[in-house]
Amino acid sequence: MMPDLGRYALEVSLAYIVSLALLAGLIAWVWWRNARVRRDLAELEARVRAAK
Amino acid sequence: MSSFWEYANPVRFMQVSGRLLPITAVLAAACIVVSLIWGFFFTPDDFRQGSTVKILFLHVPSALMAINAWIMMLVTSLIWLIRRHHVSALAAKAAAPIGMMMTMIALFTGAIWGQPMWGTWWEWDPRLTSFLILFLFYIGYIALWSAIEDADTAADLTSVLCLVGSVFAVLSRYAANFWNQGLHQGASLSLAPGTRMDWAYKAPLYVAMTGFVILFVALVLAGTRTEVRARRMKALQARERMQA
Repeated sequence: MMPDLGRYALEVSLAYIVSLALLAGLIAWVWWRNARVRRDLAELEARVRAAK
Repeated sequence: MSSFWEYANPVRFMQVSGRLLPITAVLAAACIVVSLIWGFFFTPDDFRQGSTVKILFLHVPSALMAINAWIMMLVTSLIWLIRRHHVSALAAKAAAPIGMMMTMIALFTGAIWGQPMWGTWWEWDPRLTSFLILFLFYIGYIALWSAIEDADTAADLTSVLCLVGSVFAVLSRYAANFWNQGLHQGASLSLAPGTRMDWAYKAPLYVAMTGFVILFVALVLAGTRTEVRARRMKALQARERMQA
C-alpha cells in the first residue's frame, strides 16, 4: 500500500507526519478550549441564576 | 433580505455559526483526507523533484492560508476600527493561532522540500524571509492580545499591528514577483496561459486548497464562538465582583 518514495522517503514522510501532527494539535486545541470555556460559562451562568 | 451586519450581533452570530460549524467541519475533513490520500498515494513522481512533489499538497495550501488568514484578520480588524463590532475583533483574535500554525507548516514543509531540491534548508530569499517575518508578526499579534487586560484596548492595538503586518502578508505573496530573485519559484498555480503544472497534481492540489480554506473557516467559527463565550464570562464575572 505504501508508495515507493525512493531516496526522498524520509523527507516526504517527515513532512506529512509533522504537518498532520501540527494540524491535529491545532484542531484539538481549538476543540478543547471551546469545550472548556463552554463548560465554565455554563457553570458561571448557573451560579448567577442561583444567586438571584 | 437581512443585512450582513446583523451577524455582528453575538446572539445572531452564535445561532448561524452553530449551524455552519458541523457542515464546514465535515466538508473540511472530507476534502483534506481525500486530497492527501490522493496526493500521497496516487500521484506519480515528478521527473525532476521525484517523490518530494508530494509535499506540494501540504505546502501550497498551508502557505495560501498563512497569507489569507492575515488578510481576513486585516478585514475584520478594519471592521472593528471603523464600526466597533466586537464579533469582528474576536474573529481576528481567533484566526491568529490558526494562521500562525499554517505559516509554521508552510515554513517547515518548505524547508524539508528545499533541502534535497535546493541543497539548503533555508535561504534569505525574499519570499522565505517575508514568510518568516509574517510568522513573527503572528506571534507578536497573539502576544499583544494576551498582554492587555482591557479587551477593547487590546482589539485597537492588535488591529493597528495587523495593518502594519499586512505589508508582509502581501510581500509573502508577491515577493518572488517584486524582486524576481532568490530561490523560490513564482506562483505554482496561475490563470495565465502556459501554466506548467499537470492535472495529475493540479486536481488533488485544488481539493487540498479547498479543504484548507474550509478548515480555516471551521476553526475560525469555533474559535470565535469560544471568544464570544469567554467575553460573556468576563462580563458576568465583573458583575459578580461588583455585587459582592
